[in-house]
Amino acid sequence: MRSSFNSIRRFTYLLAGAAFAVTSLQATGDTAVIKGSKAASMESCVAETNDIRRNHMDYLKHQRVETVRDGIRGAKFSLIDCVECHASKDNDGNALPVTDEGQFCEACHAYVAVSPACFQCHRTTPMQGNGSLGAVDLEQMKFQSLNASSLKEWHPVIHAGSESAR
Amino acid sequence: MSVKNDQPDMNRRKFVGTTVAAAGAVVVAPGVLLHTVAGADPESRGASAKHRWGMLIDANKCAEGCSACVDACNSEHGLTGHDRPATDAQWIRAVKLKDNSTGHINRLVMMCQHCEHPPCVDVCPTGASFKRTDGIVLVDRHICIGCRYCMMACPYKARSFVHEDLENQSVNAPRGKGCVEGCTMCVHRIDRGETVTACQEACHDTGHGAIVFGDLKDPDSEISQALKSQNSRQIRADLKLNTGVRYSNL
Ligand code: SF4
Ligand code: SF4
Repeated sequence: MRSSFNSIRRFTYLLAGAAFAVTSLQATGDTAVIKGSKAASMESCVAETNDIRRNHMDYLKHQRVETVRDGIRGAKFSLIDCVECHASKDNDGNALPVTDEGQFCEACHAYVAVSPACFQCHRTTPMQGNGSLGAVDLEQMKFQSLNASSLKEWHPVIHAGSESAR
Repeated sequence: MSVKNDQPDMNRRKFVGTTVAAAGAVVVAPGVLLHTVAGADPESRGASAKHRWGMLIDANKCAEGCSACVDACNSEHGLTGHDRPATDAQWIRAVKLKDNSTGHINRLVMMCQHCEHPPCVDVCPTGASFKRTDGIVLVDRHICIGCRYCMMACPYKARSFVHEDLENQSVNAPRGKGCVEGCTMCVHRIDRGETVTACQEACHDTGHGAIVFGDLKDPDSEISQALKSQNSRQIRADLKLNTGVRYSNL
């Protein structure tokens, strides 16, 4: 009896919370993206907003297995891309971590009282430059020009050896 | 994919339906499908058993006082330390070997040897330590519990444990406190279709050219040709781990 009363009570809280969530979203124009982030300038997320809100954790968890175990990169759902789009900037133009108070990831996770461990390991600001994954332009990468044929110049001795061995 | 939340999975039927109807999928028998995954995009290709990545390190060319490969590895993967050499992460390090009977000293770099039969994988209680189909041995930090069995099992002391909270990691190597890690053979580059590792690139840039990286399964690759034409050895070959990293002039 007692426990069912408790669960009813909990359910009521949940409803109240949901109602609050809806009104607060409406108050901010039905969007939670942070002003000044790349996401704010975009039509939509990589999937429909409601879908992403509800299922992003599952998409990312699925993707992580494919990436780490099978080496499949550049797929639709990527934590790097989340950070890339949703990190905003401070007045000096420096990226703010998505886990800072009030920032995109933190604000919602705090609201629903979850503490995902993603950012213990994953970078919380976008990373530009040579080492960056994600939407990287291969043409611009320094090591793009270094391939098997250019190795001939690198290791003339070894290569000469292999020529004569052939 | 399985969606593990409290909502009914509305996509499942749709998924089953579209999979059966997917263009290019051949129905062999009821419920059995043959697909070919489109391989045009190098970013989505994934690891393949057609390759086995390996390295050949020339101990004669590894120059005294040089740390180019170590520095390159550290910056590529965002490895920062606390000036505590005993516990700071080391994915690659220079070691000296002395032959006590002759006094001859060899210098070479050591990293994860990417064993074909990796003891670190054998002992891991969670399956976090694993070998990809292309021979690269990695730690899946999502399920590593930090027990460090693998560190004890590795004959090459190739793995490190992260002892402190980290921030500002590289996207090339997400890493954090409580997990074990080691050389990844620059798997982020390989998955992008590159065939040059950070250490090899740096070693080349110094002019030493002591590191050759490549596909051991491709008979025409630089490394296969080099291995064929000159003598090389595995360190602790007696353990029969069939390492992917080999050494010449040792
Ligand atoms: S060198 Fe050590 S860490 Fe690397 S695969 Fe072999 S046992 Fe595992
Ligand atoms: S420390 Fe992590 S990877 Fe190593 S054996 Fe334990 S769970 Fe496996």
